[in-house]
Formats: sequence, structure tokens, C-alpha cells
Amino acid sequence: MPVSYENSKIVFEGIKDAGIRSVSALPETWLGLLLQRAEDDPNVELIQVAKEEEAIGIAAGAYFAGDPHVLLMQNHGFLAAINGVVSLAQLYGIPLCMLIALRGHWGEPYPWHTRGGIVTEEVLRALSIPFEYARDPDKVGKQIHEAYTFSQSSLSPVALLLTRDLMED
Amino acid sequence: MERAQCIEVIYPELEDKLVVTIMGACAQELYNLGHRENFFYLQHAMGLASSIGLGLAMHLPEERVVVLDGDGSVLMNLGTLTTLARYRPKNLIHIIFDNRSLLSTGGFDSQTTAGITDLAQIAMGAGVEHVAMVETPLQFGEAVLEAFERNDLSVIVAEVLAVGPDDYGMDLELPENAFRFKRYIRERRQA
Repeated sequence: MPVSYENSKIVFEGIKDAGIRSVSALPETWLGLLLQRAEDDPNVELIQVAKEEEAIGIAAGAYFAGDPHVLLMQNHGFLAAINGVVSLAQLYGIPLCMLIALRGHWGEPYPWHTRGGIVTEEVLRALSIPFEYARDPDKVGKQIHEAYTFSQSSLSPVALLLTRDLMED
Repeated sequence: MERAQCIEVIYPELEDKLVVTIMGACAQELYNLGHRENFFYLQHAMGLASSIGLGLAMHLPEERVVVLDGDGSVLMNLGTLTTLARYRPKNLIHIIFDNRSLLSTGGFDSQTTAGITDLAQIAMGAGVEHVAMVETPLQFGEAVLEAFERNDLSVIVAEVLAVGPDDYGMDLELPENAFRFKRYIRERRQA
């Protein structure tokens, strides 16, 4: 199924409406249209990393600087970033607002995504990272704003899982 | 030369810079010279000091950022050199102390121990234009001053002995360090 052009736009506008102008990301299919928008928007700074754990450090730098920041990654990228999440963000009380593409879940046709998709929720729970699912384009903007707000008040990583319902047409 | 000597040489220069160090000996040696509110010690998450430095430098173009890194930490996040090169913040100096050892985790050999892996060459290959290799405290101090004057992303690889402080300990809790570092930056921005 193709990636949703409309909903990618809605997610991007939700990020901007939350007052966020700094985005770190590692490109992946579901995030592609979203990242294109971030790249084309002169008011948004997009920092593309070579591996997702780098983005945890960059997000910490943005937080220290006082600039609202969002991290975009696939769930497998989140799995690759866990030591940074635990031993930088959680250890030092640094908020992270993570939008995570939930690949390998209901409806997933590609075998290589499935293991990561199956364990993502349980890993988030094991790490005490609060998470919500984003399925409805009418609600995702509010969810992004709330995720950011909660990350700042709890000084904690927070995850909003971008589902197939939202990201594919 | 010893890393502690190098840090001592540049300590006066760090008074108004945002400094991010890696864990263990490097953090302790800076702390022992006198903690300042503009110092952040990353006591875990090996490899991410330079990523924090990049985030600081890109969001605070009016500040100068100095990262005190080590061979073991850089080897855990080699991709960082490519991201630094790609975004090339003018206000970031990335210092890598290469003691050719995983000193703070037991003194095991690192991939640079036998001199086979060359971190300066890796930085150059990643696309960092200004890379210096130094072996004496004088060279080190000059390289850092040149990097400040250049006003461009600079990597300095300093070959140091695998020795550290005799005692470890800081009167600073980890979140406290983060809170105070953030507050220091906010007050500078408001000034």
C-alpha cells in the first residue's frame, strides 16, 4: 500500500503546530513524505543521522539549548537506540518526544519487519516509556502536542506509535 | 603526554564554552580542575558525547562547543563523524583523546591499540576537512587555539598515555548536572 500523502502532511503540520521546529530522523518508507516536507520547509531544521542512537544525543543537545525537538524513527531504529534512551535520557532526566513508525504489526506483509513489530510494545513497557497509538488523522495532531507536553513535564522519553492505519492509504 | 595535561592546558579557554565530556577518567580529570556550570559529563551512553555536542552546536550557533571524547567512545559511534561532517557546525571542536585503551572499563586493548586503526584518517574519510593529530601538550594547545580561530568544524586527535586519576568521585548527581547545565545555557540566552 502507498504511504499516505495526506496523513504525512497532517503529521508534519501537527509537529509544527506543537511548536516544534527541530527534527532528527533516520529516513524510512513510512516517514519519507514527512521528511521531504521537513526538508523543504525553511523554518524547520532536519538533522538526518546515520544511526538512531545518535539522535538521542542530538535531542539532548536541543533540549539543553531550549529548542523543542522531535525524533522520527522506525521501531527497529528505536530498538537500536535503547542504550542512549536509557543511559542518557532516562538517567539524566532528559525528555524525548519520539514518533515511531510501527512496522511489523497488523497487516504487515514483509517478514523482516515482524519480529521488531511484535516486541516493540513490550520493550516500551519494560523501559517504562509511556506510549500511545496514532491511528486517526483527526486526532494525531493533538496526540503529538500531548506527547511533547508530557515528555517535558515528566522529563522522560515518550513514544507516539505511527500505525499502518495512519501511514498507509 | 597525558590527557590530564592536555585538559589543563586548555582549561582556561573552556571558561565560556559549552563542554561535553565522556565518562570516566576524562570527566574526572576535567572535574578535578574545578567544575563549572558549563560542563556536562556524560557518565554513560558511550559514543553520544559528540552527538550531544552536535545538537548543542546546531541549536546554539552563538555558542562555542567543545567535546572531549575518547577512542573507545568514538569507536562505538563512528557514524557520528559522518553526521558531524554532513552538518559541519562552525562552532564545534571535537577532541578525541586516543589512549589506545579502554582504560575506564578495565584497560583492555581498543581497536586503535596496535596502531592499525587511525581515527584521524577515519575523520578525514568521513569528510571532516580540518583534522589535526597531536602528540605534545604544546601541539595540543596550539591545535585547539587554531580551531577556535578557524571557526569551522575541527577534529583533533591527541595521542595520550593510558593513565587516569587515582580516585574517582564527584559531588554532583547526574540529573543535577543536566539541570544546571541547561539552566546555565538558558541564562546565557536570556542575557
